[in-house]
Amino acid sequence: MPEPLIKARNLHKYYGIKDGLLQASKNLKALSGVSFDLYEGQTLAVVGESGCGKSTLARLLTSIENPTSGHLSVDGIDMAKSHDKATSKKLRQTVQMVFQDPFGSLNPRQKVGDIIQEPLLINTVLSSLERREKALEIMRLVGLKDEYFHRYPHMFSGGQRQRIAIARALILKPKVVVLDEPVSALDVSIQAQVINLLIELQKELGLAYVFISHDLSVVRHIADEILVMYLGKPVEHGPSEVIFNNPKHPYTQALLSATPSTNISIKRQRIKLIGELPSPVNPPTGCAFNPRCQHAHKSCKISEPIMETYGESQAACLALDEGRI
Amino acid sequence: MALLEIKNLVVDFATATGSLRAVDGIDLTVDEGEIVAVVGESGSGKSVGMLALMGLLPWTSTVNADHIVFDGQDLLNMPDKERRKIIGKDISMIFQEPMTSLNPCFTVGYQITEVLAQHFGGKRRSYNDKAIELLNQVGIPAAESRLNSYPHQLSGGMCQRVMIAMMIACQPKLLIADEPTTALDVTIQAQILELLIELQKSRGMALVIITHDMAVVAETAERVVVLYAGQQVEQRTVKQLFKKPKHPYSEALLNALPERANDKLLNAIPGVVPGQMDRPKGCLFSPRCDYATTLCREKSPNLNNGILCHFPLGDEKKKTEKSIKLEPQ
Repeated sequence: MPEPLIKARNLHKYYGIKDGLLQASKNLKALSGVSFDLYEGQTLAVVGESGCGKSTLARLLTSIENPTSGHLSVDGIDMAKSHDKATSKKLRQTVQMVFQDPFGSLNPRQKVGDIIQEPLLINTVLSSLERREKALEIMRLVGLKDEYFHRYPHMFSGGQRQRIAIARALILKPKVVVLDEPVSALDVSIQAQVINLLIELQKELGLAYVFISHDLSVVRHIADEILVMYLGKPVEHGPSEVIFNNPKHPYTQALLSATPSTNISIKRQRIKLIGELPSPVNPPTGCAFNPRCQHAHKSCKISEPIMETYGESQAACLALDEGRI
Repeated sequence: MALLEIKNLVVDFATATGSLRAVDGIDLTVDEGEIVAVVGESGSGKSVGMLALMGLLPWTSTVNADHIVFDGQDLLNMPDKERRKIIGKDISMIFQEPMTSLNPCFTVGYQITEVLAQHFGGKRRSYNDKAIELLNQVGIPAAESRLNSYPHQLSGGMCQRVMIAMMIACQPKLLIADEPTTALDVTIQAQILELLIELQKSRGMALVIITHDMAVVAETAERVVVLYAGQQVEQRTVKQLFKKPKHPYSEALLNALPERANDKLLNAIPGVVPGQMDRPKGCLFSPRCDYATTLCREKSPNLNNGILCHFPLGDEKKKTEKSIKLEPQ
């Protein structure tokens, strides 16, 4: 078994918030107890509603922020022990990120060539000619023409801009790319082009993806493994096929049944979720999902479920644990 | 007689680089109590078309049509003052971003009662009870205390419910929902769509849903209009469209969806929607179309049976006849 590129064990991230000057500060548990392994050439999809901690996880993986507790190692380097400059630089080169909104993530005052070269300028000692060569090489790889080098981002459509953002992420030859909703701002026909590009790049370069998305039909297509989160906690984790064909956790089931489908011949039984995601500042006691869960029982309000293995996947649910569903 | 009848709607915008045709010949009829979906990618003219109907476009636009008739009244040649009595009362519209389409400076209660006072006269405060009833109908818990909330105190889904409450306050005959769920999470999307359909059924309203999401169309609408680059390319019932699309664009759009992929790679549509400067000659979809012939690249097609294509899919016989005719030229 090869070493995983990313090894996350029991990651927690809390943010301190203050209500007022004199109030004691409270903890917002943005992420608690996330564990996973990510191997070369694999795609891990992180799904959940807004506020479930998907983006916090992305910030931890890209070392924009440090975890409050837990163990995270990237490519064999322990994040907690990487305080010297050289190691942290190497870490940042290994993990790169593509953001959701290609209209916001590219500097409108920089030319495309400069945007793509900038990581090289910061992280390497290459000459400007070499940087330019590398930038053009990566542009061809993502399907951008050479003449785009001197153009500005506003001259491009959303799909092309996302290609620029992908080129920028790839220029340092990372091993892991964190994709934060990379296609949700794009039209259907363009979305398919970008997904195809991502799949081809993965095959060619052996990249590992952390694919953050709320669109389950895209996730089903691209992911090898899926991590479903709810209010900062993982609720189900397993291989993509297992989760889609046989979802265990009531939240995963509801999420799947809420996703609209173009298949009009099958009339599905909808699991209705009442209400909305509770506030992470003041989460419900016991299982975080219990106010919206149709299988909620007395015990769900008292004790917190932990991840248990059921067949090929893991889920955190008391109803499953007690054999009620 | 249809509730709304739009014939050959054309919208032009005056821009610094010349005139831009955003909508190019849309026909739309909506019957009472019917759900019609308008689908298309960004830039297809789906929102602009509906905004033109509402009279909400800026002064740089020119709206032309053979006729726009709503409930027996000619909306096109009506003075603005008269039109405003219908807009917001008999026809109302929900917008995409619930967080930005509500006024952040006024409470939710103020904004709902304002609509009622505007259209039915009287004091705003006298409609407070009615506003509570409306909030209850759209499923907002503790409606009474919510009247005094500001939009920023509510979540996206709640804001969209408030928008819906505002829009159904005057018992409209036609509700236009412009991407009502695009900014929302899937579970909330399911709730809002369900609410819209429930209201449509109980009140007998007609509902026009504008969306780019084919799956939303499949789950809600009865009839669908597909737009591409401002043109209407296909208009059929949802069942027919999803079973066997006739326009190559509708087919390509369905095939591009991840859930319809047979392979690891998706069937992407190459290229992009043409803009103001790169409009092709002939059929607008021809540069991206798998089936395009010389005829398609030279001559723009006419609408036949609601399909804007020289060679609608599934009519193989016609295709050979037409291509034979073309060759001597």
